[in-house]
Amino acid sequence: MSILVNKHSRIVCQGITGRQGSFHTEQCIDYGTKVVAGVTPGRGGERHLGVPVYDSTHDAVREEGADVSMIYVPAAFAADAILEAADAGIKVIVCITEGIPVLDMVRVKAGLKDYDCRLIGPNCPGIITPGEAKIGIMPGFIHKPGRVGIISRSGTLTYEAVYQTTNNGLGQTTCVGIGGDPIRGMNFIHCLELFEKDPATDGIIMVGEIGGSDEEAAARYIKQHVSKPVVSYIAGVTAPAGKRMGHAGAIISGGEGTADAKFAALEAAGVCTVRSPAELGSAMLKLLQG
Amino acid sequence: MNLHEYQAKQLFSRYGIAVSSGLVADSPKAARSAAASLGGNLWVVKAQVHAGGRGKAGGVKLAKSLDEVQQHTAAMLGQRLVTKQTGADGLPINKVFVEAGSAIERELYLSMVVDRAAERIAFMASASGGMDIEEVASSTPEKIFTVAINPGAGLQPYQVRKLGFGLGLTAPQMKQFANMCANLYKLFVDCDLSLLEINPLIVNATGDLLALDAKINIEDNSLFRQPGLIAMRDSSQEDEMESRAAAHDLNYVSLDGNIACMVNGAGLAMATMDLIKLHGGRPANFLDVGGGATPERVSEAFKLILSNPSVTAILVNIFGGIVRCDLIAEGIIQAVKEINVSVPVVARLEGTNVEKGKALLAESGLAITAADDLTDAARKVVAAAA
Repeated sequence: MSILVNKHSRIVCQGITGRQGSFHTEQCIDYGTKVVAGVTPGRGGERHLGVPVYDSTHDAVREEGADVSMIYVPAAFAADAILEAADAGIKVIVCITEGIPVLDMVRVKAGLKDYDCRLIGPNCPGIITPGEAKIGIMPGFIHKPGRVGIISRSGTLTYEAVYQTTNNGLGQTTCVGIGGDPIRGMNFIHCLELFEKDPATDGIIMVGEIGGSDEEAAARYIKQHVSKPVVSYIAGVTAPAGKRMGHAGAIISGGEGTADAKFAALEAAGVCTVRSPAELGSAMLKLLQG
Repeated sequence: MNLHEYQAKQLFSRYGIAVSSGLVADSPKAARSAAASLGGNLWVVKAQVHAGGRGKAGGVKLAKSLDEVQQHTAAMLGQRLVTKQTGADGLPINKVFVEAGSAIERELYLSMVVDRAAERIAFMASASGGMDIEEVASSTPEKIFTVAINPGAGLQPYQVRKLGFGLGLTAPQMKQFANMCANLYKLFVDCDLSLLEINPLIVNATGDLLALDAKINIEDNSLFRQPGLIAMRDSSQEDEMESRAAAHDLNYVSLDGNIACMVNGAGLAMATMDLIKLHGGRPANFLDVGGGATPERVSEAFKLILSNPSVTAILVNIFGGIVRCDLIAEGIIQAVKEINVSVPVVARLEGTNVEKGKALLAESGLAITAADDLTDAARKVVAAAA
């Protein structure tokens, strides 16, 4: 089992003919992901990477039955691409694009309320169900089908958690990179809810970072609704206030969003926290063996 | 990106938002003639730096004569202003804003932010103007009134009323306030702002509302579509290292330690700093070389971190996913040779072709210590830096 995507998912790549879109879609296809179509307005009718290209996501849904979208469209046009996917009836929209204006995301989030769909990202590595579907830019080979669900705001820290749980034999059910932007689609809580319900997921690793209060909200949710063991790490204990640390959302402002406050909230909720990202895998192994 | 007060007030004026009358000046003489043309017999000379807390730091001076305007300006220009928001080095004062003195009846607070939790633009207002709003928020949160704007519907009159009643405005002031809020909302959206703050918003002797101060941050992801605002950038107010990094598409933040870090990915870069601290060291910087850690970027990153004289050791931490570790190792070797790196380098590589990468580092004959994992890397670099 898994959450959100699996071997039956039919993926359309929006922005498939671009440099990033081409490169990563090819890697996804090589991994065995069922990519059924691409979209580049104005290039409908062509074939690219062995799949048909359409002028619109609506066409790709109608002709190929696509139900998951992977977006590599440049930042200036990405908000439009997300809303187009939603309007076309896509159920899981994965937006990899980094650098989308935050007010575009304000409008996107308001617009998505009209649709029954889920947005992952933007500014994220994507989502992978190991052995079934890789939708994003993560290196496929470090993953292994298994028992742990992973949720993270950071790409490379997701890879750390994945690699550790692959090496210690636990493996992963699904890994979701929710992205580093301040306004994004799915949040920790939404993923926690799905992992809690997924019978194959025995434990959850949650990697947060400074900025905002989503980890605090997740801590409250875990206390009330999550029975499975959760291991968590928060990046940015040493980050100075008022500085954007790479990710648009990773900033301590007005005293809110410190790593210490997040660690404290998670610990108060009974979450097993680790102060070093090197211990994510071993801490989870201990809990699942315990 | 931040704007100066005088630039923010120019934008305010363009959007029909009432501001105190004032002029910008870059010399004592220019300040004197600015004051003369403003008229009156009371002026305020305000240092233009990208930081709050100017008043307490001596960056805002009252002048009762044209001579005093000139004297205050002469004393400020060319100096660095240290406020509680600037750090110990302070920021250079290259311009002052000369303002006609205002009779202040009331001091209010009004700001706008992109509210992360609400996922909307929000207004915040408080009758406790002129004070540190974070203090008000923590000690008396009931004195802050907040409304979040639906982007489809826009700002609604009931929301303005909630703010206005919260501020205790009179009926005529309420009318001015409604206009002001509508214009501020338009400005915020048009210019892709991430923060707008008026502290204080004053009621003057004639009962009119006026922005006495103005702070604006422009959201960085939106700069590509705001060419007019980019032209207002003042790089003298920005960290030199951070500006250099940005020019090479590197994400860099200066810290005060001695162990430099070079990492791919923002999350891992923060985690690397934390690991150094956890093992008793002090990180010198945050540096994300990005997903595609090419030899050129690695080389630029080395040059950048080595220009910080405090650095006594470097930790390279790369999780090679799509990018192969052997390529990254080649980049590191090339950079260390080219730039003549004189401090110890500890490298932790993980991911695709990691064995090949480690072998390349070992065979290079350079002073690069390979680390086995994150913990080993942190220990080794802390030891090397001591």
